[in-house]
Amino acid sequence: MAAVISYDEVEPGTELPSRSFPVTRADLVRYAGASGDFNPIHWNERFAKSVGLEDVIAHGMFTMAEAVRVVTDWAGDPAAVVEYGVRFTKPVVVPDDDKGAVIEVSAKVAAKLGEDTRRVRVDLTATSAGEKVLGMSRAVVQLT
Amino acid sequence: MALDQSFVGRAYPPTAPYEVGREKIREFAEAIGDPNPAYTEPDAARALGHPDVIAPPTFVFSLTYRAAGQVVDDPQLGLDYSRVVHRDQRFVYSRPVRAGDRLSVTTTIDEVKTLAGNDIVDIRGDVHDAAGEHVVTAHTKIVSRAPEGN
Repeated sequence: MAAVISYDEVEPGTELPSRSFPVTRADLVRYAGASGDFNPIHWNERFAKSVGLEDVIAHGMFTMAEAVRVVTDWAGDPAAVVEYGVRFTKPVVVPDDDKGAVIEVSAKVAAKLGEDTRRVRVDLTATSAGEKVLGMSRAVVQLT
Repeated sequence: MALDQSFVGRAYPPTAPYEVGREKIREFAEAIGDPNPAYTEPDAARALGHPDVIAPPTFVFSLTYRAAGQVVDDPQLGLDYSRVVHRDQRFVYSRPVRAGDRLSVTTTIDEVKTLAGNDIVDIRGDVHDAAGEHVVTAHTKIVSRAPEGN
């Protein structure tokens, strides 16, 4: 249960392939059903605006799930992610049209954590509409 | 009013076991648009050394979030749920969640503090399988925003 990437092949600064993840209202409805988080701020514009939001926003956990795909795709085995954390800094606003919003994710190896564990820390950057939506977004990945 | 520090360390009874199903994992993977075969094809998961399909890293939140409701809804703590926002989330895994797991969550309050009228609560959800082995710990930080005019 480890990545296809060898610890010896990466250095701090190694960039993971970046990705763009589109998100529409339909995606949020599907995610609400799959996750059990039916908070109306994620599907009801009238309700979202009544609590002071600009519009319907994506679940923070949806954004978190999309962002880590950059790491799991790179690692090969998703189980190589042994730790993953984020701060929700800005909501991803999802307009009611066919395009929705886009979450842009990049990541790079920030540190090698030692020959004994062969783990690395990967720092992620996630933005939407030019704003950073996740802060302190980090994963620890078990390499081979 | 500042939250009562005596809540730090409070633990809630473990939740009833949740049985992780292959189709529920598939539904979640489809909802996040992730085609990784380790989530849907047992043979692909086995090729990676897993006994069955595994769940995406954030899947377990649907269990730990429900368990954390014990804290949010605790009348003694007195959080205003309508003002609660999810600030931070972190997972520390011993192994991935996989189909067939029967998981229960033990929820503990790790920290409470009040900053500029905002109540901040750190909730820890320790997830164990039916054999009592640790699977993952979810660290959830929620903030109950100060009412306007504070």
